[in-house]
Amino acid sequence: MSKKFYPLFGLLIVAALVLAACGGAPAASGDASEPATADTAAPADDAAPAPAAQTAAQGETLAAVVARGYLVCGANNQVPGFGYVDADGNFSGVDVDYCRALAAAIFGDADAVEFRPVTAPERFTALQSGEIDVLSRNTTWTLTRDTELAGNFTATTFYDGQGLMVPSATGFTTLEDLAGGSVCVQTGTTTELNLADAFAAAGISYSPVVFEDADSTFAAYSEGRCDAVTTDKSGLVSRRSVLADPSAHDILDVTLSKEPLGPMVRHGDDQWFDIAQWTVFALIAAEEYGITSANVDQVKASNTDPQINRLLGNEGELGAKLGLSNEWAYNVIKLAGNYGEIYNRNLGPDTPTYIPRGYNSIYTEGGLLFAPPFN
Amino acid sequence: MSDKILPPLIERPSPLSWIYKNLFNTWYNALLSLLSGALIFWIGRAVVIWLLEVAQWRVIVTNLRLIMLGQFPISEVWRVWLGLALLALITGNSLGIWGRKARGAGRVTIGLLVLLLGLAVITSGQSQLWLLGMAGLLGLGWWVGRSAGKGLERVVITGWVIWPPIFILLLRGLGADSELLPLVGTNLWGGLLLTLLLTIVGIVFSFPLGVLLALGRRSSLPIVRWFSVAYIELIRGVPLITLLFMAQLMLPLFLPTGVNIDRVLRAMVAITLFSAAYLAENVRGGLQAIPKGQYEAAYAMGLNNIQSMGLIIMPQALRLVIPILVGQFIALFKDTALVSIVGLMDLVGIGKTVLAQPEFLGLQREVYAFISMLYWVISYAMAYVSQRLEVSLGVGER
Repeated sequence: MSKKFYPLFGLLIVAALVLAACGGAPAASGDASEPATADTAAPADDAAPAPAAQTAAQGETLAAVVARGYLVCGANNQVPGFGYVDADGNFSGVDVDYCRALAAAIFGDADAVEFRPVTAPERFTALQSGEIDVLSRNTTWTLTRDTELAGNFTATTFYDGQGLMVPSATGFTTLEDLAGGSVCVQTGTTTELNLADAFAAAGISYSPVVFEDADSTFAAYSEGRCDAVTTDKSGLVSRRSVLADPSAHDILDVTLSKEPLGPMVRHGDDQWFDIAQWTVFALIAAEEYGITSANVDQVKASNTDPQINRLLGNEGELGAKLGLSNEWAYNVIKLAGNYGEIYNRNLGPDTPTYIPRGYNSIYTEGGLLFAPPFN
Repeated sequence: MSDKILPPLIERPSPLSWIYKNLFNTWYNALLSLLSGALIFWIGRAVVIWLLEVAQWRVIVTNLRLIMLGQFPISEVWRVWLGLALLALITGNSLGIWGRKARGAGRVTIGLLVLLLGLAVITSGQSQLWLLGMAGLLGLGWWVGRSAGKGLERVVITGWVIWPPIFILLLRGLGADSELLPLVGTNLWGGLLLTLLLTIVGIVFSFPLGVLLALGRRSSLPIVRWFSVAYIELIRGVPLITLLFMAQLMLPLFLPTGVNIDRVLRAMVAITLFSAAYLAENVRGGLQAIPKGQYEAAYAMGLNNIQSMGLIIMPQALRLVIPILVGQFIALFKDTALVSIVGLMDLVGIGKTVLAQPEFLGLQREVYAFISMLYWVISYAMAYVSQRLEVSLGVGER
């Protein structure tokens, strides 16, 4: 073969590689989701490769979301009750409904949101790189995530924690009922430690039956080798679903560890943080004041309580302080419902994924949900 | 003596004698046959009972659209159907034109018609009409191709070349403001549609890239050769899942804030680059099998390099490696399932989300059995078409 033939192939290879590697970029720029902010993120560009370096500038996120016309929400698509896709192709779940509430607060339209399914390893990257505006995907609030991963947790929307599941036939309802019984638990995790601590604190004896992995733990439980099984409550729900008769098992109203789950936003944009946080508070406050999606119009028209008037935008300029319309909280309640409605829709007694409310009750009912005043 | 030559005697055993001869000819074979018969009956019975009585297929029926198309909006589903109808027309046309030469094309045509009509029987409403329309277009295309013959060849080849971009344009739409074809973002593409798109794009783009890399690796120009070797060895040395993770997780960190490359596109590029490295080595194997005499003969004919490679060497080399290439494409088709790990809702990803629906909790067996069946049907179809292609090209015979 003569040599003049090869440079041509060399060129073709290089051209093909360049096309294959970069050809997509111009085509995709049409749906790049933050066109308005592409050149305003100056601080981030200095140290782009460092994972924690990308932060958002003050007010940038809301402006970008409004310019785009919809919110991009990082969600889960594989956790029953928290985030999944229903048969009509719509996202559903507690975490998903929070994003709808946030969209309602910003746009007055709970459907102005695009759900982007993110897996556990990619969720923080997706948030840092601006692919999503808010991460609402059963993520536990920890110090590392709040600092090193360049995110801010806004508020706790679900107090998850290690729970216990027992066969309904036993009739157990409290920790004390398990005295002298056996509990299936996965070894080498904090789960095992939490279990020992809880029983020691209550002064009850029990025998742990330990296994190497979660699958064998639940297999042993389903074979009746122990009286109860323990893991995070949200995990118990999905594990219960694959047992032979899910309805024959109860999750006890007992919580052994702290797993506060909540929405997370990027470092650096306090206005966006406030919006995301106060949307949670609006949901909680609405339940506390007994305002539901059904009666919100009536309450708004006839109410005399100044606190509720400020919440619903009848008085004051609370929405404007967040950069939103004054009816933002009214829209949230009207379109997404209050916290209790969202909870019952996804995790309530009428659903297959029932989890007793426990800590996730309003503080007046013995729970941990507490919204600061709307002043 | 008659001058008529009798054909050799062909033994046609009756079923009973066949069974006796092959299964019960000795006592230990009889024992083995009985044991395996019992085993097959036992397993087969359990499978049939599960399929017909235990399994709750409602999860599949309810979620069929989700499994096929992901979250593609229901009002825009006609665009997918229209694309498929065009495909049916081109396929029928091709079978009509080339069917006279290739053995088995008639069987493929009838098989496709039966498949479409069968699907039309079990569906209802709009899907049924579209399926009937597709069957009609397939038949029409076949008839036109059959009667027009060679005259249409160029039109049909053009059709095959422009169909993929047209289909993708139909899926994606013209723009957010377009009345006729509003934008359907790739985040809504899913299920079988996404799996097939990833596969088709992977095959179509990795093939030329792989051929170029194979030629590059045999080049006498050091830079080109080194580059090809480095590319092939580097990409072959890492698992596909790491490339996908790189594309989905690392890439966004290196891009400036706000610049997002479409996620489906990122997966397509990763799959294409990965597949090209393997394809290059397969094609190189084919090139090595071509004897030197073929090159010399080509030069003796006065062909230049491009002509000899394009007309003499490459066609023979590719013909030799058809079984390997099809094997690789089938593997590529199944490898696309890995994108479910990086958050795309392909067939496997959509299966996982269907399993999280509270009303269908715990139906893993049904969902995964159905998805496996889809994978098998499509893989087998690819293998069958490649076998027909081998037969018509005489691979392994000459």
